[in-house]
Amino acid sequence: MSQTDTVDISAQSWTNNVWFKRLLTIAQFIFVLVLTFLGLLAITFFIGRVIPIDPVLAIVGDRATQELYDATREAMGLDQPLVVQFFSYVFDVFRGDLGNSASTGRLVIEDLKRVFPATLEMATIGIFIGVLLGVPMGVLSAANEGKWVDQVFRVLGLVGYSVPAFWLGLVGLALFYGNLGWVAGPGRIGIFYEGIVTPVTGLILVDSVLQGEWEIFYDAIHHLVLPASILGFFSLAYIARMTRSFMLDQLSQEFVTTARVKGVPEYKVIWKHAFLPIRVPLITVIGLSYAGLLEGSVMIETVFSWPGIGNYLTVALLNADMNAVLGATLVIGAVFIFINKISDVLYRVLDPRSR
Amino acid sequence: MSNMTEWLLSDSPTSKGQAFAGRAWRMWLSLLGNPLAITGLIIVVVLVLMAAFAPIIAPYSPVGQDLQNRLLPPSWQHWMGTDELGRDIFSRVVHGSRLTLMIVLLVAAISAPLGLLIGAISGYFGGWVDKVMMGITDIFLSMPKLIMALAFVAALGPGIENAIIAIAITAWPAYARIARAETLTFRNAEFIDAIKLQGASPARIIINHVLPLCTSSMIVRVTLDMAGIILTAAGLGFLGLGAQPPLPEWGAMISRGRAFILDQWWVATMPGFAIIVVSLGFCFLGDGLRDILDPKNEGKS
Repeated sequence: MSQTDTVDISAQSWTNNVWFKRLLTIAQFIFVLVLTFLGLLAITFFIGRVIPIDPVLAIVGDRATQELYDATREAMGLDQPLVVQFFSYVFDVFRGDLGNSASTGRLVIEDLKRVFPATLEMATIGIFIGVLLGVPMGVLSAANEGKWVDQVFRVLGLVGYSVPAFWLGLVGLALFYGNLGWVAGPGRIGIFYEGIVTPVTGLILVDSVLQGEWEIFYDAIHHLVLPASILGFFSLAYIARMTRSFMLDQLSQEFVTTARVKGVPEYKVIWKHAFLPIRVPLITVIGLSYAGLLEGSVMIETVFSWPGIGNYLTVALLNADMNAVLGATLVIGAVFIFINKISDVLYRVLDPRSR
Repeated sequence: MSNMTEWLLSDSPTSKGQAFAGRAWRMWLSLLGNPLAITGLIIVVVLVLMAAFAPIIAPYSPVGQDLQNRLLPPSWQHWMGTDELGRDIFSRVVHGSRLTLMIVLLVAAISAPLGLLIGAISGYFGGWVDKVMMGITDIFLSMPKLIMALAFVAALGPGIENAIIAIAITAWPAYARIARAETLTFRNAEFIDAIKLQGASPARIIINHVLPLCTSSMIVRVTLDMAGIILTAAGLGFLGLGAQPPLPEWGAMISRGRAFILDQWWVATMPGFAIIVVSLGFCFLGDGLRDILDPKNEGKS
């Protein structure tokens, strides 16, 4: 009797072990991640191979010779059944083979490696702006619930959901570049500075500092500030809204009332008692909006002729360059999914309640 | 009048019709108490009226060219100025409301029932059906929507119909999630068991008894999503993948004005205001509807 009891308890404590639970969470995370990536690949495969009536024509273009057409058809393995085609497609993608771009004539993967840092740079600065402004805005809104500050921020947030990014970009250009001349125009860097800095990381702010080219650094900031701020504005709306709702949740808890009754100063109640517990869910929110910024950069990059992955995608779209379109879709999609799932699992691992 | 309100607000309605009218009346009253929601409602009603009576409201033809009067700034003759072909921008914006309304309604009409059905089936049957269907839904849900829509349009070819299909393909998973969550809350309820005992088939239960109960949260969500749909459609139009010229689609109009943004700012700016106002209207209305129809979610996400 007593023996079975101890067995039961040890089995229970083993499955309740924090590390075991974490391991399970991580294993589950990897499983879901792999499945989602396969789903993404299935969608791009479907878009590239199943929807077009003639996928070969979609890749080689209608001016291709018959030999090229036949060779491409054979290389694509279109005579094989769809399942076999799909797995050879997955295999190709994992080898980094995304095909050739019809418009640039280079390998799509090489193109993507070249343009991705520009997007990363803009989205990262954007998220910094969004967090540094959005979190205090949300906290302030919650602390003054229902007052005018709250109303103004609420409307500002709703505007963030209603303004087309490309329109805001154009208006920003007209105002701050055209009229006021405060910022530089479209592009990533002035034409005189083109090609001076050799790309090491691909992030022009980092590269120019590493090579001591301060003039280029300032020029790059001049070009970056407007698109990154506009991008940041869109993440700000979401971050502020979520921060506000988390804070309201905390401020209505009993321990907050207790602290107030004990005479703890209000700023301490807000920033220590209420804000500290919401750091973990905020990480998820920030992660989600960072992923959203990578997506949102497509429109902004098009408006600002920013040589990133979004601009690459839209140029490829207009040239009906399907390999490039699908390659860019795949990369943006994969990064988006990865950040999404990571912030989700981080939340579950870091949240004390899940222990 | 007082008899009428008494009848509407009666605690013990004598007929189905009275109960329904009473519920609608109470909702209307609480909607009136929410200024933002009323603003949203007015904007949406104006949009519908504008679309319905576009030829009467618009002072000029939306496609008629007048090259002598090209790129005129806003004035009494042309409230929003003229574009590079001398077309009156205000008239084009008014006619564009028809396209916007059509896109929004068609996307909602395709994606909401689809998501509703998938979610209700998934939640009602549970088990493996649920796991597989929600797995697929989650995969779609974790894709970047705009990028997916872009890729679909790239394969289907540019055009307003394909843009609508592409947006609908990316919009349904959120509805499936909501419908499933709603279904789970009353799937083991007594009234469902009672219908089962009467011998109703699963199809009958889902269509007649589960789906109607999901509609209110679905209406809220669809209204809130309208702004996003409008922005995506305008984005596709801006990139030249949505409505094709000479259709007066707002996003496409902004794209045409891009070349003149530094000197003739009104060409690109004016259609943008239309997009913002309409999107805001749907946001306000959706926010208000959520407070009324879905009080448990108040103040959250």
